[in-house]
Amino acid sequence: MKKLFSFSIALFAFFFIASSSAKTIELLNVSYDPTREFYADLNPAFAAHWKAQTGDIVVIKQSHGGSGKQARGVIDGLQADVVTLALAADIDALHEHAQLIASDWQKRLPGNASPYTSTIVFLVRKGNPKAIKDWGDLVKPGVSVITPNPKTSGGARWNYLAAWAYARRRAGNEAGAQKFVANLFKNVPVLDSGARGSTTTFAQRGIGDVLLTWENEAHLAQKEFLTEGYEIVVPSLSILAEPPVCLVDKNVKKKGTQAVAQAYLEYLFSDEAQRIAVRHFYRPSSPVIALKYAQHFPQLELVTIDAAFGGWTQAQKTHFADGGVFDQIYAR
Amino acid sequence: MAVVVTSTLVKPRALAGAPLRATQDPRWVRWLLTGIALGFLAFFLLLPLAAVFGEALRRGVGAYFAAVGDADALASVKLTLIAALISVPANVVFGVAAAWCIAKYSFRGKSLLTTLIDLPFAVSPVISGLIYVLVFGAQGWLGPWLIEHDVKIIFAVPGIVLATTFVTFPFVARELIPLMQAQGSEEEYAAITLGANGWQTFWRVTLPNIKWGLLYGVILCNARAMGEFGAVSVVSGHIRGETNTMPLHVEILYNEYNFVGAFAVASLLAVLALVTLVLKSIVEWRHAHAHVQAHAR
Repeated sequence: MKKLFSFSIALFAFFFIASSSAKTIELLNVSYDPTREFYADLNPAFAAHWKAQTGDIVVIKQSHGGSGKQARGVIDGLQADVVTLALAADIDALHEHAQLIASDWQKRLPGNASPYTSTIVFLVRKGNPKAIKDWGDLVKPGVSVITPNPKTSGGARWNYLAAWAYARRRAGNEAGAQKFVANLFKNVPVLDSGARGSTTTFAQRGIGDVLLTWENEAHLAQKEFLTEGYEIVVPSLSILAEPPVCLVDKNVKKKGTQAVAQAYLEYLFSDEAQRIAVRHFYRPSSPVIALKYAQHFPQLELVTIDAAFGGWTQAQKTHFADGGVFDQIYAR
Repeated sequence: MAVVVTSTLVKPRALAGAPLRATQDPRWVRWLLTGIALGFLAFFLLLPLAAVFGEALRRGVGAYFAAVGDADALASVKLTLIAALISVPANVVFGVAAAWCIAKYSFRGKSLLTTLIDLPFAVSPVISGLIYVLVFGAQGWLGPWLIEHDVKIIFAVPGIVLATTFVTFPFVARELIPLMQAQGSEEEYAAITLGANGWQTFWRVTLPNIKWGLLYGVILCNARAMGEFGAVSVVSGHIRGETNTMPLHVEILYNEYNFVGAFAVASLLAVLALVTLVLKSIVEWRHAHAHVQAHAR
C-alpha cells in the first residue's frame, strides 16, 4: 500500500513536470467536424509563420465536434480563443447567449469572415447504382439518404437549406419546398449528430445510397475509402456555405492572447493558407487563388443564405428553432 | 451454516430415493443449454475482443506501437490514469465511510442515503455530465464566480475527475454494505470491550474483515473509471492532447478514419479490462480461500 502510494506520488510529479517544461503561447481553436485535417495542416504553417515574425512559439490546440454542440461548449465556458464553425448562426449564439463577442463580428474580417467556402454535394456508391443526378432523385421511393441532424450539425442545416432552395425553384412556392424537404427526410434512416458521424455511417457502416455532405468532406471520404470507389455527384443547384471564423473577445482578453489569435485568423486569408484550404477541397475566398485552382471546383449555381433565406438569423428562426419547420416535418 | 441449509433442503428428495442432482433434465437439454451459453459468449464477447486486436494489428506491430506512442494517445492515457487515481481513492474513502454508517448504525434517513448512493447507477451518464455543466458551466450557478477567479472546472481536468468520481461513486459502497451488514457488529463490540479505541477497532477488526470485498469494489470502480464515456464526454470539451480520456480518444481516431489508431488505443483499454478481470478472479479465489480457512480454524 505504501509503495503504491509513493508510486502514485511519483507518477503525479512526473506528469506535472512533463506538462510544464516548455513555455509557449497556447491557442484553442474550437471548430466543427470536417475541418480536422485542414487545421492539422494549417496550424504548423501558422506556427512557423508566427515564429519567423515574432520569435514566439505558438501551439494551437484543436477541439472538433458538431458545430452547434461546439458553440454550446464555448457558451458553457470552453476557453476558445477562436471559433471556426460551420455557420454564422452558431457564432451569433456566442453573442446572444453569453455576450462573448460583439454583434458585428462578421464585419471584422473580409468576405463575411469566411476564409474558405464550400457547398453541398452528393456522395454515392460506386457506379451510382440508384442513378442519382440531382435533388429530385433523393425523394424517390427506395432511395436511402444520409444526412446529420440539423438540430446539432451545421452541415446538416446547409443540406436542408440547399434542398429547400432547389425545391422552391422547382415548385415556385414555399409550400412545395416544405413538401419536398419533408419527403426527403422520410428517406433518411438515421440522423447522426455531426457531419463526420454521417460520413462514417455511410462509408464505414455501409448504410444509405447517398450522403449529403460538404464538398470537402465528400472528397476526403473518397480519398480515405479509395477502394470503395465512391463517386461525387454535383447537383444543378446548391448553396454557398460560408463557414465563418471569429475571435472570442472575452476569452482572449482574459488570456492575453488577442494579438496572436487575431493574427491567426488573418493568416487564414493569406495565399499560403488559401492554398492549404484548396488542398483540403475548400473553395478559397481569395479570387486570385480561386482562379488559379478553378479546375478543382466544378461550376454550379450557388444561392446564398442572405439572398435565399434572409440571413442566418431568419433561417434559424423559421426552420431550426424549437417548433420550427424542421420539427414539424420530422415529427410527422 | 451453509451446509445445514443445503441438507435440510435436499432431505425430502434424498429420502424419496431421487439422485442428488439439481435438475432432472435429460442430457441433451444440458448440452444444448451449455452450448447456447458458450456460443453466446463466443459471439458477443470473444469475437469483438478478437476483432479489436485484429484491427489494431492489421498494419503490423510497428503501426500499432506508433499509434500507441502518439503524443495525443499518451496524453489520453495520462488523463485516464489521473482521473482513475483521484476518483478511486476518493470513492474508497467515501464508500467505506458510507458502508460503515449504514451497516453499523441506524438513524433517520438511512434508507434515503442508501437510495442516494445508487443515484449514479440510476441516471444516464450524459445527465451526470450535464449536472456539472449546469453547476460549473459559464452559464451555470457557480460559473460566473469561477470565471472571475480563473478556476477551471469543466472542459478541464477537474471536471473530468468530478464526472468520473460521480459515475463510479456507488461501486465500493454497494460492495461493502451487504458484506458489513452480514458480518454484524459483534467483533467490533468485542474489540471495544477489550479496550481498543475507534481507530484500532477499524484497522485491526473491521478492515481485515472487509478487505476482499473492498478490493473487489476498488477493481470494479477502477474499471468503470477508466472506461467511462458519456459523462466525461459532456464535460470534456474534446481538446486534443488535453481533455480527451482514452475512450474519447478512441472515438476521435475512429472519426478521423484512423482505424488502426482507434483500435490500438481500444486494445489498451481491453487489456486494462482483462487485467481487471484477472485481478477480480484472484480476489474472488483468495476470498473464498480465506473464508474456508477462517471456518476451518
